[in-house]
Amino acid sequence: MKARPGKISLRRATPASVALNATLIVLAGVTVAGFFLLDTKNLDVGQASVKLLGDLGKMMTRPVAKHFTLLEALKAILVTLSLGFLTTLMGAVLALMVAPFAAKNLGNRTVVAVIKAFVAFIRAVPTVLWVLIFAIGAGLGSVAAVVGMTFHSFAYLVKAYSEAFEEIDAGVIEALQACGAGRVQIVLRAVVPSSMGAVISWTFMRFEINFTNAVAMGAAAGAGGIGYDLFMAAGFYFNIGEVGTITWLILLVAIALEIGATRLKQGRHVHT
Amino acid sequence: MTSTLAVRRVLLRRNLAFLAGLLLIGALTAGSSIITEFSFRDSVASFPKALHWLAANFVPDQRALKALPKIAVKLMETVLVSVMATVIGAAAAMGLAILASRTTRPHPAVTLVVRLIASVCRNVPVVAWAMIFLLSFGQNVLTGLLALLIGTVGYLTRAYVEAIEETAESSVEALHASGASWMHTVTQAVLPSVMPQIASWMLYMVETNIRDATLVGILTGTGIGFLFDVYYKSMNYPSAALVVIGVVIVVIAIETGSNALRRVIL
Repeated sequence: MKARPGKISLRRATPASVALNATLIVLAGVTVAGFFLLDTKNLDVGQASVKLLGDLGKMMTRPVAKHFTLLEALKAILVTLSLGFLTTLMGAVLALMVAPFAAKNLGNRTVVAVIKAFVAFIRAVPTVLWVLIFAIGAGLGSVAAVVGMTFHSFAYLVKAYSEAFEEIDAGVIEALQACGAGRVQIVLRAVVPSSMGAVISWTFMRFEINFTNAVAMGAAAGAGGIGYDLFMAAGFYFNIGEVGTITWLILLVAIALEIGATRLKQGRHVHT
Repeated sequence: MTSTLAVRRVLLRRNLAFLAGLLLIGALTAGSSIITEFSFRDSVASFPKALHWLAANFVPDQRALKALPKIAVKLMETVLVSVMATVIGAAAAMGLAILASRTTRPHPAVTLVVRLIASVCRNVPVVAWAMIFLLSFGQNVLTGLLALLIGTVGYLTRAYVEAIEETAESSVEALHASGASWMHTVTQAVLPSVMPQIASWMLYMVETNIRDATLVGILTGTGIGFLFDVYYKSMNYPSAALVVIGVVIVVIAIETGSNALRRVIL
Protein backbone atom coordinates (compact mmCIF):
# COMPACT_ATOMS: atom_id res chain seq x y z
CA MET A 1 0.00 0.00 0.00
CA LYS A 2 1.48 3.41 -0.99
CA ALA A 3 1.09 6.16 1.54
CA ARG A 4 -0.65 9.27 0.35
CA PRO A 5 1.25 12.50 1.08
CA GLY A 6 0.62 13.65 4.61
CA LYS A 7 -0.43 10.18 5.72
CA ILE A 8 1.61 7.58 7.49
CA SER A 9 1.28 4.03 6.22
CA LEU A 10 0.64 1.90 9.28
CA ARG A 11 0.53 -1.50 7.65
CA ARG A 12 3.52 -3.33 6.33
CA ALA A 13 3.32 -6.28 4.03
CA THR A 14 4.12 -9.45 5.92
CA PRO A 15 3.95 -12.98 4.47
CA ALA A 16 0.73 -13.40 6.44
CA SER A 17 -0.92 -10.28 5.04
CA VAL A 18 0.24 -11.10 1.50
CA ALA A 19 -1.19 -14.63 1.74
CA LEU A 20 -4.39 -13.26 3.25
CA ASN A 21 -4.88 -10.67 0.53
CA ALA A 22 -4.02 -13.16 -2.20
CA THR A 23 -6.56 -15.65 -0.83
CA LEU A 24 -9.31 -13.05 -0.69
CA ILE A 25 -8.50 -11.66 -4.14
CA VAL A 26 -8.44 -15.11 -5.76
CA LEU A 27 -11.70 -16.16 -4.12
CA ALA A 28 -13.38 -12.89 -5.11
CA GLY A 29 -11.97 -13.15 -8.64
CA VAL A 30 -13.31 -16.68 -9.07
CA THR A 31 -16.70 -15.51 -7.84
CA VAL A 32 -16.88 -12.65 -10.32
CA ALA A 33 -15.72 -14.94 -13.13
CA GLY A 34 -18.38 -17.41 -12.09
CA PHE A 35 -21.16 -14.99 -12.92
CA PHE A 36 -19.99 -15.03 -16.53
CA LEU A 37 -18.99 -18.68 -16.75
CA LEU A 38 -22.01 -20.39 -15.21
CA ASP A 39 -24.60 -21.57 -17.67
CA THR A 40 -27.92 -20.56 -16.12
CA LYS A 41 -29.89 -21.63 -19.20
CA ASN A 42 -31.41 -18.14 -19.41
CA LEU A 43 -33.48 -18.70 -16.32
CA ASP A 44 -35.76 -15.76 -15.50
CA VAL A 45 -34.31 -15.09 -12.06
CA GLY A 46 -36.89 -12.43 -11.20
CA GLN A 47 -39.83 -14.69 -11.92
CA ALA A 48 -38.22 -17.63 -10.11
CA SER A 49 -37.49 -15.46 -7.08
CA VAL A 50 -41.11 -14.29 -6.91
CA LYS A 51 -42.26 -17.91 -7.01
CA LEU A 52 -39.67 -18.80 -4.37
CA LEU A 53 -40.92 -16.11 -1.99
CA GLY A 54 -44.47 -17.34 -2.51
CA ASP A 55 -43.32 -20.91 -1.83
CA LEU A 56 -41.52 -19.92 1.35
CA GLY A 57 -44.60 -18.07 2.54
CA LYS A 58 -46.80 -21.10 1.88
CA MET A 59 -44.35 -23.42 3.60
CA MET A 60 -44.36 -21.34 6.72
CA THR A 61 -48.04 -20.52 6.96
CA ARG A 62 -49.77 -23.51 5.41
CA PRO A 63 -47.93 -26.73 6.10
CA VAL A 64 -50.05 -29.72 5.04
CA ALA A 65 -49.74 -33.50 5.08
CA LYS A 66 -51.55 -35.14 2.21
CA HIS A 67 -49.52 -38.20 1.26
CA PHE A 68 -48.59 -39.10 4.83
CA THR A 69 -50.13 -38.70 8.27
CA LEU A 70 -48.38 -36.78 11.00
CA LEU A 71 -47.78 -40.07 12.81
CA GLU A 72 -46.10 -41.50 9.72
CA ALA A 73 -43.94 -38.41 9.46
CA LEU A 74 -42.89 -38.77 13.09
CA LYS A 75 -42.03 -42.41 12.45
CA ALA A 76 -39.98 -41.35 9.44
CA ILE A 77 -38.10 -38.87 11.66
CA LEU A 78 -37.45 -41.74 14.07
CA VAL A 79 -36.09 -43.86 11.21
CA THR A 80 -33.75 -41.03 10.20
CA LEU A 81 -32.61 -40.50 13.80
CA SER A 82 -32.01 -44.26 14.11
CA LEU A 83 -29.89 -44.31 10.96
CA GLY A 84 -27.88 -41.41 12.37
CA PHE A 85 -27.50 -43.20 15.70
CA LEU A 86 -26.36 -46.51 14.22
CA THR A 87 -23.87 -44.72 11.98
CA THR A 88 -22.48 -42.70 14.87
CA LEU A 89 -22.18 -45.80 17.05
CA MET A 90 -20.36 -47.86 14.40
CA GLY A 91 -18.11 -44.93 13.50
CA ALA A 92 -17.32 -44.18 17.15
CA VAL A 93 -16.49 -47.79 18.08
CA LEU A 94 -14.23 -48.24 15.06
CA ALA A 95 -12.63 -44.82 15.51
CA LEU A 96 -11.90 -45.45 19.20
CA MET A 97 -10.01 -48.58 18.21
CA VAL A 98 -7.94 -46.79 15.57
CA ALA A 99 -7.47 -43.32 17.11
CA PRO A 100 -4.75 -44.30 19.65
CA PHE A 101 -2.60 -45.42 16.71
CA ALA A 102 -3.25 -42.10 14.96
CA ALA A 103 -2.20 -39.87 17.87
CA LYS A 104 1.32 -38.47 17.55
CA ASN A 105 2.10 -38.88 21.25
CA LEU A 106 0.99 -42.52 21.39
CA GLY A 107 1.61 -44.20 18.07
CA ASN A 108 4.47 -45.01 15.80
CA ARG A 109 5.33 -42.11 13.47
CA THR A 110 4.94 -43.99 10.20
CA VAL A 111 1.69 -45.61 11.33
CA VAL A 112 0.32 -42.21 12.36
CA ALA A 113 1.15 -40.74 8.95
CA VAL A 114 -0.37 -43.69 7.08
CA ILE A 115 -3.60 -43.61 9.10
CA LYS A 116 -3.93 -39.83 8.75
CA ALA A 117 -3.49 -40.05 4.97
CA PHE A 118 -5.98 -42.92 4.72
CA VAL A 119 -8.52 -41.01 6.78
CA ALA A 120 -8.03 -37.88 4.67
CA PHE A 121 -8.80 -39.94 1.57
CA ILE A 122 -12.00 -41.34 3.08
CA ARG A 123 -13.15 -37.84 4.01
CA ALA A 124 -12.45 -36.52 0.52
CA VAL A 125 -15.12 -38.77 -1.00
CA PRO A 126 -18.54 -37.22 -0.35
CA THR A 127 -20.79 -39.32 1.90
CA VAL A 128 -23.44 -39.74 -0.76
CA LEU A 129 -20.91 -41.36 -3.09
CA TRP A 130 -19.85 -43.85 -0.40
CA VAL A 131 -23.48 -44.77 0.17
CA LEU A 132 -24.27 -45.15 -3.53
CA ILE A 133 -21.11 -47.18 -4.12
CA PHE A 134 -22.01 -49.51 -1.26
CA ALA A 135 -25.60 -49.74 -2.45
CA ILE A 136 -24.38 -51.54 -5.59
CA GLY A 137 -23.11 -54.38 -3.43
CA ALA A 138 -25.58 -54.34 -0.55
CA GLY A 139 -28.66 -52.98 -2.34
CA LEU A 140 -30.38 -49.68 -1.51
CA GLY A 141 -31.53 -49.62 2.07
CA SER A 142 -30.45 -49.22 5.65
CA VAL A 143 -27.38 -51.47 5.39
CA ALA A 144 -25.84 -49.52 2.49
CA ALA A 145 -26.80 -46.21 4.10
CA VAL A 146 -25.31 -47.02 7.49
CA VAL A 147 -22.16 -48.65 6.12
CA GLY A 148 -21.64 -45.83 3.60
CA MET A 149 -22.21 -43.10 6.18
CA THR A 150 -20.00 -44.93 8.68
CA PHE A 151 -16.99 -44.34 6.41
CA HIS A 152 -17.18 -40.61 6.90
CA SER A 153 -18.07 -40.80 10.59
CA PHE A 154 -15.13 -43.09 11.21
CA ALA A 155 -12.70 -40.81 9.37
CA TYR A 156 -14.03 -37.66 11.06
CA LEU A 157 -13.94 -39.21 14.52
CA VAL A 158 -10.46 -40.72 14.09
CA LYS A 159 -9.23 -37.19 13.34
CA ALA A 160 -11.17 -35.65 16.24
CA TYR A 161 -10.30 -38.33 18.82
CA SER A 162 -6.62 -38.52 17.90
CA GLU A 163 -6.32 -34.74 18.15
CA ALA A 164 -8.02 -34.89 21.56
CA PHE A 165 -5.55 -37.58 22.65
CA GLU A 166 -2.66 -35.45 21.42
CA GLU A 167 -3.68 -32.69 23.83
CA ILE A 168 -3.05 -34.88 26.86
CA ASP A 169 -0.28 -33.77 29.20
CA ALA A 170 2.93 -35.52 28.09
CA GLY A 171 3.98 -35.80 31.75
CA VAL A 172 1.14 -38.16 32.57
CA ILE A 173 2.14 -40.56 29.83
CA GLU A 174 5.79 -40.32 30.83
CA ALA A 175 4.95 -41.00 34.47
CA LEU A 176 2.99 -44.11 33.52
CA GLN A 177 5.78 -45.28 31.24
CA ALA A 178 8.25 -44.83 34.09
CA CYS A 179 6.02 -47.03 36.26
CA GLY A 180 6.32 -49.72 33.62
CA ALA A 181 2.81 -49.39 32.19
CA GLY A 182 2.36 -50.89 28.74
CA ARG A 183 0.82 -49.06 25.82
CA VAL A 184 -2.59 -50.67 26.32
CA GLN A 185 -2.61 -49.70 29.98
CA ILE A 186 -1.65 -46.13 29.17
CA VAL A 187 -4.47 -45.82 26.66
CA LEU A 188 -7.12 -47.46 28.83
CA ARG A 189 -6.15 -45.97 32.20
CA ALA A 190 -4.90 -42.49 31.29
CA VAL A 191 -5.69 -41.42 27.75
CA VAL A 192 -9.30 -42.53 27.42
CA PRO A 193 -10.49 -41.42 30.88
CA SER A 194 -8.88 -37.98 30.69
CA SER A 195 -10.21 -37.23 27.19
CA MET A 196 -13.64 -38.76 27.83
CA GLY A 197 -15.32 -35.36 27.83
CA ALA A 198 -13.85 -34.44 24.46
CA VAL A 199 -14.70 -37.87 23.04
CA ILE A 200 -18.35 -37.63 24.12
CA SER A 201 -18.66 -34.06 22.88
CA TRP A 202 -17.18 -34.89 19.45
CA THR A 203 -19.33 -38.00 19.17
CA PHE A 204 -22.53 -36.08 19.86
CA MET A 205 -21.47 -33.42 17.38
CA ARG A 206 -21.05 -36.18 14.82
CA PHE A 207 -24.51 -37.50 15.72
CA GLU A 208 -25.88 -34.06 14.88
CA ILE A 209 -24.10 -34.17 11.50
CA ASN A 210 -25.23 -37.74 10.91
CA PHE A 211 -28.87 -36.81 11.40
CA THR A 212 -28.50 -34.26 8.60
CA ASN A 213 -26.62 -36.84 6.54
CA ALA A 214 -29.36 -39.40 7.09
CA VAL A 215 -31.92 -36.88 5.82
CA ALA A 216 -29.74 -36.37 2.75
CA MET A 217 -29.27 -40.09 2.14
CA GLY A 218 -33.01 -40.61 2.36
CA ALA A 219 -33.48 -38.03 -0.37
CA ALA A 220 -30.55 -38.92 -2.63
CA ALA A 221 -29.69 -42.56 -1.93
CA GLY A 222 -32.90 -44.39 -1.06
CA ALA A 223 -32.17 -44.73 2.65
CA GLY A 224 -35.80 -44.09 3.62
CA GLY A 225 -36.91 -41.95 6.54
CA ILE A 226 -37.95 -38.31 6.42
CA GLY A 227 -35.46 -37.53 3.65
CA TYR A 228 -37.32 -39.84 1.29
CA ASP A 229 -40.65 -38.15 2.15
CA LEU A 230 -39.01 -34.80 1.44
CA PHE A 231 -37.76 -36.02 -1.91
CA MET A 232 -41.21 -37.34 -2.86
CA ALA A 233 -43.01 -34.17 -1.73
CA ALA A 234 -40.70 -31.84 -3.67
CA GLY A 235 -39.54 -33.94 -6.60
CA PHE A 236 -42.61 -36.09 -7.28
CA TYR A 237 -45.80 -34.50 -5.91
CA PHE A 238 -44.52 -30.88 -6.22
CA ASN A 239 -46.41 -30.15 -3.01
CA ILE A 240 -44.86 -27.15 -1.26
CA GLY A 241 -47.16 -27.46 1.75
CA GLU A 242 -45.86 -30.95 2.42
CA VAL A 243 -42.29 -29.80 1.93
CA GLY A 244 -43.13 -27.20 4.58
CA THR A 245 -44.37 -29.76 7.10
CA ILE A 246 -41.32 -31.96 6.62
CA THR A 247 -38.92 -29.02 6.78
CA TRP A 248 -40.49 -27.81 10.03
CA LEU A 249 -40.07 -31.27 11.59
CA ILE A 250 -36.45 -31.59 10.47
CA LEU A 251 -35.70 -28.06 11.67
CA LEU A 252 -37.08 -28.73 15.14
CA VAL A 253 -35.08 -31.94 15.58
CA ALA A 254 -31.91 -30.33 14.19
CA ILE A 255 -32.19 -27.35 16.55
CA ALA A 256 -32.72 -29.68 19.52
CA LEU A 257 -29.61 -31.65 18.54
CA GLU A 258 -27.59 -28.48 18.05
CA ILE A 259 -28.55 -27.20 21.49
CA GLY A 260 -27.52 -30.56 22.96
CA ALA A 261 -24.17 -30.51 21.16
CA THR A 262 -23.45 -26.92 22.21
CA ARG A 263 -24.32 -27.71 25.84
CA LEU A 264 -21.91 -30.66 25.84
CA LYS A 265 -19.17 -28.53 24.31
CA GLN A 266 -19.64 -25.68 26.78
CA GLY A 267 -19.88 -28.08 29.73
CA ARG A 268 -16.49 -29.43 28.77
CA HIS A 269 -14.92 -26.00 28.77
CA VAL A 270 -16.27 -25.31 32.23
CA HIS A 271 -14.99 -28.51 33.74
CA THR A 272 -11.49 -28.47 32.32
CA MET B 1 -9.79 -47.06 56.41
CA THR B 2 -12.77 -44.81 55.71
CA SER B 3 -10.86 -43.33 52.78
CA THR B 4 -10.53 -46.70 51.04
CA LEU B 5 -14.24 -47.19 51.59
CA ALA B 6 -14.92 -43.81 50.04
CA VAL B 7 -12.71 -44.65 47.08
CA ARG B 8 -14.49 -47.93 46.68
CA ARG B 9 -17.84 -46.20 46.74
CA VAL B 10 -16.71 -43.72 44.08
CA LEU B 11 -15.39 -46.54 41.91
CA LEU B 12 -18.61 -48.50 42.37
CA ARG B 13 -20.68 -45.50 41.40
CA ARG B 14 -18.50 -44.90 38.36
CA ASN B 15 -18.78 -48.52 37.29
CA LEU B 16 -22.55 -48.43 37.75
CA ALA B 17 -22.78 -45.27 35.66
CA PHE B 18 -20.65 -46.91 32.99
CA LEU B 19 -22.86 -50.00 33.03
CA ALA B 20 -26.01 -47.88 32.80
CA GLY B 21 -24.55 -46.01 29.84
CA LEU B 22 -23.69 -49.27 28.14
CA LEU B 23 -27.20 -50.62 28.71
CA LEU B 24 -28.75 -47.43 27.34
CA ILE B 25 -26.58 -47.57 24.22
CA GLY B 26 -27.45 -51.26 23.82
CA ALA B 27 -31.17 -50.56 24.08
CA LEU B 28 -30.95 -47.65 21.63
CA THR B 29 -28.99 -49.83 19.22
CA ALA B 30 -31.53 -52.63 19.40
CA GLY B 31 -34.42 -50.19 18.94
CA SER B 32 -32.76 -48.40 16.03
CA SER B 33 -31.92 -51.68 14.31
CA ILE B 34 -35.53 -52.85 14.53
CA ILE B 35 -36.96 -49.54 13.27
CA THR B 36 -34.61 -49.34 10.29
CA GLU B 37 -34.51 -53.09 9.60
CA PHE B 38 -30.76 -52.88 9.96
CA SER B 39 -28.65 -55.93 10.64
CA PHE B 40 -25.07 -55.77 11.85
CA ARG B 41 -24.43 -59.24 10.47
CA ASP B 42 -25.51 -58.19 6.98
CA SER B 43 -23.38 -55.07 7.06
CA VAL B 44 -20.29 -56.94 8.22
CA ALA B 45 -20.93 -59.56 5.54
CA SER B 46 -21.52 -56.91 2.87
CA PHE B 47 -18.22 -55.22 3.56
CA PRO B 48 -15.71 -57.67 2.03
CA LYS B 49 -18.14 -58.39 -0.81
CA ALA B 50 -18.44 -54.70 -1.62
CA LEU B 51 -14.67 -54.16 -1.49
CA HIS B 52 -14.15 -57.14 -3.76
CA TRP B 53 -16.74 -55.80 -6.20
CA LEU B 54 -15.17 -52.34 -6.06
CA ALA B 55 -11.71 -53.64 -6.89
CA ALA B 56 -13.06 -55.64 -9.82
CA ASN B 57 -15.58 -53.22 -11.37
CA PHE B 58 -15.12 -49.75 -9.99
CA VAL B 59 -11.97 -48.98 -11.95
CA PRO B 60 -11.71 -46.43 -14.77
CA ASP B 61 -11.19 -47.99 -18.22
CA GLN B 62 -10.44 -46.72 -21.74
CA ARG B 63 -14.03 -45.60 -22.32
CA ALA B 64 -14.05 -43.70 -19.04
CA LEU B 65 -10.89 -41.82 -20.00
CA LYS B 66 -12.70 -40.55 -23.09
CA ALA B 67 -15.21 -38.90 -20.75
CA LEU B 68 -12.41 -37.13 -18.89
CA PRO B 69 -12.86 -33.71 -20.56
CA LYS B 70 -16.58 -33.79 -19.73
CA ILE B 71 -15.81 -34.74 -16.14
CA ALA B 72 -13.22 -31.98 -15.85
CA VAL B 73 -15.71 -29.36 -17.07
CA LYS B 74 -18.33 -30.48 -14.55
CA LEU B 75 -15.74 -30.54 -11.77
CA MET B 76 -14.80 -26.96 -12.66
CA GLU B 77 -18.44 -25.97 -12.54
CA THR B 78 -18.80 -27.55 -9.10
CA VAL B 79 -15.69 -25.79 -7.77
CA LEU B 80 -16.98 -22.53 -9.22
CA VAL B 81 -20.39 -22.91 -7.56
CA SER B 82 -18.77 -23.84 -4.23
CA VAL B 83 -16.46 -20.84 -4.26
CA MET B 84 -19.25 -18.48 -5.30
CA ALA B 85 -21.57 -19.75 -2.57
CA THR B 86 -18.74 -19.36 -0.06
CA VAL B 87 -17.72 -15.84 -1.06
CA ILE B 88 -21.23 -14.41 -1.34
CA GLY B 89 -22.28 -16.26 1.80
CA ALA B 90 -19.22 -14.98 3.68
CA ALA B 91 -19.96 -11.38 2.71
CA ALA B 92 -23.54 -11.72 3.92
CA ALA B 93 -22.44 -13.54 7.07
CA MET B 94 -19.93 -10.77 7.84
CA GLY B 95 -22.66 -8.15 7.68
CA LEU B 96 -24.95 -10.24 9.86
CA ALA B 97 -22.17 -11.02 12.33
CA ILE B 98 -21.34 -7.33 12.78
CA LEU B 99 -25.00 -6.69 13.52
CA ALA B 100 -25.17 -9.57 15.99
CA SER B 101 -21.89 -9.68 17.92
CA ARG B 102 -21.87 -8.26 21.45
CA THR B 103 -19.01 -5.87 20.62
CA THR B 104 -20.46 -4.30 17.48
CA ARG B 105 -24.24 -4.68 17.55
CA PRO B 106 -26.35 -1.54 17.27
CA HIS B 107 -29.01 -2.97 19.61
CA PRO B 108 -29.30 -6.21 21.63
CA ALA B 109 -32.59 -7.10 19.95
CA VAL B 110 -30.82 -7.35 16.59
CA THR B 111 -28.68 -10.19 17.96
CA LEU B 112 -31.76 -12.28 18.61
CA VAL B 113 -33.17 -11.75 15.12
CA VAL B 114 -29.86 -12.51 13.40
CA ARG B 115 -29.27 -15.62 15.52
CA LEU B 116 -32.72 -16.89 14.61
CA ILE B 117 -32.11 -16.32 10.89
CA ALA B 118 -28.70 -18.01 11.04
CA SER B 119 -30.11 -20.93 13.01
CA VAL B 120 -32.85 -21.57 10.45
CA CYS B 121 -30.36 -21.27 7.56
CA ARG B 122 -28.02 -23.75 9.19
CA ASN B 123 -30.44 -26.24 10.72
CA VAL B 124 -32.60 -26.77 7.67
CA PRO B 125 -30.32 -29.24 5.86
CA VAL B 126 -28.80 -28.15 2.56
CA VAL B 127 -30.75 -31.01 0.95
CA ALA B 128 -34.02 -29.48 2.10
CA TRP B 129 -33.02 -26.05 0.78
CA ALA B 130 -32.14 -27.69 -2.52
CA MET B 131 -35.54 -29.41 -2.75
CA ILE B 132 -37.33 -26.15 -1.85
CA PHE B 133 -35.45 -24.13 -4.47
CA LEU B 134 -35.94 -26.90 -7.01
CA LEU B 135 -39.65 -26.05 -7.11
CA SER B 136 -39.05 -22.45 -8.17
CA PHE B 137 -35.65 -22.48 -9.90
CA GLY B 138 -35.93 -25.90 -11.55
CA GLN B 139 -32.97 -28.04 -12.63
CA ASN B 140 -30.52 -25.17 -12.75
CA VAL B 141 -27.04 -24.37 -11.42
CA LEU B 142 -28.59 -21.51 -9.48
CA THR B 143 -30.69 -23.96 -7.43
CA GLY B 144 -27.60 -25.62 -6.01
CA LEU B 145 -25.78 -22.31 -5.65
CA LEU B 146 -28.65 -20.85 -3.61
CA ALA B 147 -28.93 -23.94 -1.39
CA LEU B 148 -25.20 -23.89 -0.62
CA LEU B 149 -25.31 -20.13 -0.14
CA ILE B 150 -28.03 -20.32 2.51
CA GLY B 151 -26.21 -23.07 4.40
CA THR B 152 -22.97 -21.07 4.22
CA VAL B 153 -24.64 -17.97 5.65
CA GLY B 154 -25.96 -20.04 8.54
CA TYR B 155 -22.60 -21.58 9.43
CA LEU B 156 -20.38 -18.58 8.83
CA THR B 157 -22.59 -16.14 10.73
CA ARG B 158 -22.19 -18.22 13.86
CA ALA B 159 -18.44 -18.62 13.29
CA TYR B 160 -17.91 -14.92 12.57
CA VAL B 161 -19.89 -13.77 15.61
CA GLU B 162 -17.61 -15.92 17.76
CA ALA B 163 -14.53 -14.63 15.93
CA ILE B 164 -15.50 -10.99 16.48
CA GLU B 165 -16.36 -11.52 20.13
CA GLU B 166 -13.09 -13.36 20.79
CA THR B 167 -10.58 -11.20 18.95
CA ALA B 168 -11.91 -7.71 18.41
CA GLU B 169 -13.10 -6.79 21.90
CA SER B 170 -10.01 -4.96 23.16
CA SER B 171 -9.28 -3.00 19.99
CA VAL B 172 -12.94 -1.95 19.76
CA GLU B 173 -12.79 -0.65 23.30
CA ALA B 174 -9.63 1.30 22.55
CA LEU B 175 -11.19 2.97 19.52
CA HIS B 176 -14.38 3.69 21.44
CA ALA B 177 -12.35 5.42 24.13
CA SER B 178 -10.66 7.62 21.55
CA GLY B 179 -14.06 8.71 20.24
CA ALA B 180 -14.13 6.84 16.93
CA SER B 181 -17.49 6.42 15.25
CA TRP B 182 -19.19 3.04 14.87
CA MET B 183 -18.33 2.94 11.19
CA HIS B 184 -14.67 3.67 11.88
CA THR B 185 -14.53 1.09 14.64
CA VAL B 186 -15.88 -1.58 12.34
CA THR B 187 -13.65 -0.80 9.37
CA GLN B 188 -10.47 0.02 11.30
CA ALA B 189 -10.58 -2.36 14.26
CA VAL B 190 -13.05 -5.19 13.75
CA LEU B 191 -12.43 -6.12 10.13
CA PRO B 192 -8.61 -6.05 10.21
CA SER B 193 -8.38 -8.09 13.39
CA VAL B 194 -10.79 -10.83 12.32
CA MET B 195 -9.76 -10.97 8.65
CA PRO B 196 -7.38 -13.95 9.08
CA GLN B 197 -10.11 -15.98 10.77
CA ILE B 198 -12.64 -14.94 8.17
CA ALA B 199 -10.37 -16.17 5.40
CA SER B 200 -9.58 -19.39 7.24
CA TRP B 201 -13.29 -20.15 7.67
CA MET B 202 -13.89 -19.37 4.00
CA LEU B 203 -11.26 -21.91 2.95
CA TYR B 204 -12.89 -24.49 5.19
CA MET B 205 -16.30 -23.67 3.74
CA VAL B 206 -15.08 -24.09 0.15
CA GLU B 207 -14.05 -27.64 1.04
CA THR B 208 -17.36 -28.43 2.72
CA ASN B 209 -19.32 -26.88 -0.10
CA ILE B 210 -17.59 -28.98 -2.75
CA ARG B 211 -18.62 -32.14 -0.94
CA ASP B 212 -22.15 -30.83 -0.43
CA ALA B 213 -22.31 -29.64 -4.04
CA THR B 214 -21.92 -33.24 -5.18
CA LEU B 215 -24.92 -34.21 -3.11
CA VAL B 216 -26.99 -31.23 -4.17
CA GLY B 217 -26.02 -31.89 -7.79
CA ILE B 218 -27.53 -35.37 -7.65
CA LEU B 219 -30.83 -33.90 -6.49
CA THR B 220 -30.95 -30.84 -8.72
CA GLY B 221 -29.45 -32.44 -11.83
CA THR B 222 -26.41 -30.18 -12.09
CA GLY B 223 -22.64 -30.29 -11.80
CA ILE B 224 -20.47 -33.26 -10.97
CA GLY B 225 -23.19 -34.90 -8.87
CA PHE B 226 -25.46 -35.11 -11.88
CA LEU B 227 -22.73 -36.62 -14.04
CA PHE B 228 -22.04 -39.26 -11.38
CA ASP B 229 -25.75 -40.00 -11.17
CA VAL B 230 -26.01 -40.45 -14.94
CA TYR B 231 -23.08 -42.89 -15.04
CA TYR B 232 -24.30 -44.64 -11.90
CA LYS B 233 -27.84 -45.18 -13.15
CA SER B 234 -26.66 -46.37 -16.57
CA MET B 235 -24.32 -48.77 -14.73
CA ASN B 236 -21.31 -47.20 -16.41
CA TYR B 237 -19.24 -47.85 -13.29
CA PRO B 238 -15.76 -47.24 -14.78
CA SER B 239 -16.79 -43.66 -15.65
CA ALA B 240 -18.47 -43.21 -12.25
CA ALA B 241 -15.19 -44.33 -10.67
CA LEU B 242 -13.32 -41.69 -12.63
CA VAL B 243 -15.75 -39.07 -11.31
CA VAL B 244 -15.04 -40.18 -7.73
CA ILE B 245 -11.29 -40.04 -8.35
CA GLY B 246 -11.71 -36.54 -9.79
CA VAL B 247 -13.64 -35.37 -6.72
CA VAL B 248 -11.04 -36.88 -4.40
CA ILE B 249 -8.20 -35.14 -6.22
CA VAL B 250 -9.96 -31.76 -6.15
CA VAL B 251 -10.96 -32.02 -2.48
CA ILE B 252 -7.51 -33.15 -1.34
CA ALA B 253 -5.81 -30.46 -3.45
CA ILE B 254 -8.02 -27.77 -1.94
CA GLU B 255 -7.57 -29.15 1.56
CA THR B 256 -3.78 -29.25 1.22
CA GLY B 257 -3.73 -25.75 -0.25
CA SER B 258 -5.99 -24.39 2.48
CA ASN B 259 -3.89 -25.94 5.22
CA ALA B 260 -0.73 -24.42 3.79
CA LEU B 261 -2.39 -20.99 3.47
CA ARG B 262 -3.86 -21.25 6.96
CA ARG B 263 -0.42 -21.89 8.45
CA VAL B 264 0.83 -18.64 6.90
CA ILE B 265 -2.26 -16.54 7.59
CA LEU B 266 -3.10 -17.45 11.18
